[in-house]
Amino acid sequence: MSNSLVRSKAAWFLNGMRGIVSVPALILMTSFVGFAGLASGAGISLAQTLFMVAIVWALPSKVVLVGSIIAGSSLPATFIAVTLSAMRLMPMVAALVPEIRTKKTPTWLLLILSHFVAITAWVYTMQKIDTIPREGRIAYFAGMAGTLCVANIVIVAIVYNLVPELPTVVAAALFFLTPIYFLTSLWASARERVIHIAMVLGLFSAPVFHRISAEFDILYAGIIGGTVAFAIDRLWRRRTGRRP
Amino acid sequence: MTFQALDAWWWPYLFIILAGWLATDIWRWLGVLVGNRLREDSAALSWVRAVATALVAAVIAKLILYPSGALEASPMAVRILATISGFGAFLVTGNRIIVGIVVAIPVLILGTLWFA
Repeated sequence: MSNSLVRSKAAWFLNGMRGIVSVPALILMTSFVGFAGLASGAGISLAQTLFMVAIVWALPSKVVLVGSIIAGSSLPATFIAVTLSAMRLMPMVAALVPEIRTKKTPTWLLLILSHFVAITAWVYTMQKIDTIPREGRIAYFAGMAGTLCVANIVIVAIVYNLVPELPTVVAAALFFLTPIYFLTSLWASARERVIHIAMVLGLFSAPVFHRISAEFDILYAGIIGGTVAFAIDRLWRRRTGRRP
Repeated sequence: MTFQALDAWWWPYLFIILAGWLATDIWRWLGVLVGNRLREDSAALSWVRAVATALVAAVIAKLILYPSGALEASPMAVRILATISGFGAFLVTGNRIIVGIVVAIPVLILGTLWFA
């Protein structure tokens, strides 16, 4: 590897690290303040909570894990509940990998970096990826997603013992930041029409599938909504005979 | 075997490793193996991207419609109204994310206080 290439990779890593000073990173950190309160309230020790943040990372899966611990679920039952909430990570990672790898990227590196994929890092990367040259994308993602993870471990360590007593309406507003941010940034990051169709179908089919099965609703909405969106887009292309 | 089942110091960590780490990272690793076989600009990648997007959209819908914690305190109608007004403002201003947030949050706060 030439010296200038190493230097530019380091520059992209630093550039990714700077993502910690951004609206999505701030929103995620406020969510982790809420998670620290949930974990300490559940009687999970500080060390166990930090361990959980580091090795599970995806926030919805951690909330399911803590919920199962509070409910006194067995190990197999907890595994199943957490794994159902985490299945969505597979298509998310599969969609991200072709965007960030080069022909030379080793699989072991992708396996390690995949650990840092969660909704915030995924949406953020999908939004920025076009502005980053392919050679810098792995370094950028590692810098951004790794920093995000470390920063939130630090946040949880700091606030665990000072569980904040916020007025309900302020706490509600903080919790509402996450969905409204994801909604707008996911829409803004879409480069193809199929993404917008998939979003609309996912949003509106989720409550329908929630009535059918509260456990599998996200999977149904994702697989069926995404497949229908893909089919609509293909038919649309055939009809108009051109790409969007 | 629950989280509190054994008194040994290592048991909660083993529980978190098996039911937390393994249960999530398995899917990330499978995603790498699948993603490595997808060519850019292939129809298969387009489908995977559509499914991933619909999954994330469903997570968003659930966070708004069936929240846990403090957000439960605001009525569902207020949460939906705040989402629609924020997203509408975002679209009208040419996809400005910050505008969507700045409109949605006050609507949520005022609506929650109004109905409280």
